[in-house]
Amino acid sequence: MAILIVAEHDNHSLRGSTLNTVAAARQLGEELILLVAGQDCRAVAEAGAQIDGIARVWLADHAVYAHQLAENLAPLVTELGRECSHILAPASTQGKNLLPRVAALLGVGQLSDIISVESADTFQRPIYAGNAIATVRSLDPIKVLTVRASAFAAASAAGGCASIEEVGSVHDSGLSRFVTEALSISERPELGDARVVVSGGRGLGKAEHFALIEGLADKLGAAIGASRAAVDAGFVANDRQVGQTGKIVAPELYIAVGISGAIQHLAGMKESRIIVAINKDEDAPIFRIADYGLVADLFEAVPRLTAQLP
Amino acid sequence: MKILVTVKRVIDYNVRVRVRSDRRDVDLDNVKMAMNPFCEIAVEEAVRLKEAGIASEVVVISIGPDEVQEQIRAALALGADRGIHVRTEHLPEPLSVARLLARLVEQEQPGLVILGKQGIDADHNQTGQMLAALTGMGQGTFASAVNIEGQEALVTREVDGGLQTIALRLPAVVTTDLRLNEPRYASLPNIMKAKKKPLESCTPDALGVSLKSHSELLSVTPPAERQGGIMVSSVEELVDKLKHDAKVI
Repeated sequence: MAILIVAEHDNHSLRGSTLNTVAAARQLGEELILLVAGQDCRAVAEAGAQIDGIARVWLADHAVYAHQLAENLAPLVTELGRECSHILAPASTQGKNLLPRVAALLGVGQLSDIISVESADTFQRPIYAGNAIATVRSLDPIKVLTVRASAFAAASAAGGCASIEEVGSVHDSGLSRFVTEALSISERPELGDARVVVSGGRGLGKAEHFALIEGLADKLGAAIGASRAAVDAGFVANDRQVGQTGKIVAPELYIAVGISGAIQHLAGMKESRIIVAINKDEDAPIFRIADYGLVADLFEAVPRLTAQLP
Repeated sequence: MKILVTVKRVIDYNVRVRVRSDRRDVDLDNVKMAMNPFCEIAVEEAVRLKEAGIASEVVVISIGPDEVQEQIRAALALGADRGIHVRTEHLPEPLSVARLLARLVEQEQPGLVILGKQGIDADHNQTGQMLAALTGMGQGTFASAVNIEGQEALVTREVDGGLQTIALRLPAVVTTDLRLNEPRYASLPNIMKAKKKPLESCTPDALGVSLKSHSELLSVTPPAERQGGIMVSSVEELVDKLKHDAKVI
């Protein structure tokens, strides 16, 4: 049976997390269908058709899908997914918003944020902020899954040659409408896709000091993250938050600066390959999981580190 | 308008959970339990809407064994008006919770339902969305601001790239993000008053819902332990390690 993957995009380009989701789906079966729903998003469908492993792309191009409102998208995904064995989406805010609504319309449960595929019906997912791993079997005829992107290596964005088929179905619920958005504009890599992440916490003291983090991130070509304390104190926007309630990242290198390492923060970064902690408190919990720890005043250590990088 | 708000009893967020030695679940014996932090924010928002004259009544619901009445009382102490306890042996899965809540929505006819965005125990982040689907309402998930304007709720949502504002036709479902508000503490007089507030109990049967399992928990294991790292004594040593040992820069 076919497997339906809901592509994540902004009507212009495909988000990297879609490739990780395709990788998870490839462990489940052969016929992978990518749904691209949006407005004026043919370019996204064309990019999707190139993904290695995608057999077909369904393109639902209509104004009602422009802003990915769950009230309009969920009936579309439900209609298209009814004959599929699995429906997947990245466990991003979009995927988390949409798929439970789809699952409920189909009368099935949903498994959130899977980190491994054990078999076609059995998956692993973290619980309790990543402090335990649950192995769960779905008992439903259709498996609805959100996929933790950082847990699956991305499928190749080239090499595929899927056909693109237009889907004419239009669902306008009239329940919701888009008003406005305020997106952070950044030249830096996406937090979820970055190879290196530099994060700042309460230890920075004030928003201006975040420039230290920016300087280091620029040298490393890194994305910038933050702890909840740094976000709540207004040092940086909320979409930078790494943790149980923010973003989950697993870069090659994660540098935590002035972050103590609360359970909720560790939930978002402890799968990183190499973790570096710079903190003046030698008892900070972050040192228990850091590969390299430096007990130092960040205001001296960070400029020094930045200066020593090529 | 009436607001329904849900609260879940979960392990206190500061507790370090341990997996049981038989690997069947985490160990919840003698562990401090509390109201899920996102649910506290939901209660606070409902109470603020009442204080602003927008809501007329705040009804708090919890589903689970008798102990969840503690969390209902806690919500009443924060300013909710009455409680409904749906008695079940265990905490049901999100779809079952959503089905029970959908029946209560039908009975109570609220103008708004506010839930936390996720339980910090199972980390599903599903119930609000499922409830919205089952009741045919719009959903404002991960809300960091809620404004009622006429027949609409304007909800600012925390999305991956920043913030998004949508308008929902009422009645609607809203799920709370951490930055929606700062929950208040219950005062002792309010805790005493809460003991006298009405709290009714019902069962899934009485609501006409039969609980069904959609998944089976096969095992729970501790996450892979990270290898203990090393402490470096200087920035120079750190750079050297990152270059030559870890090879990440």
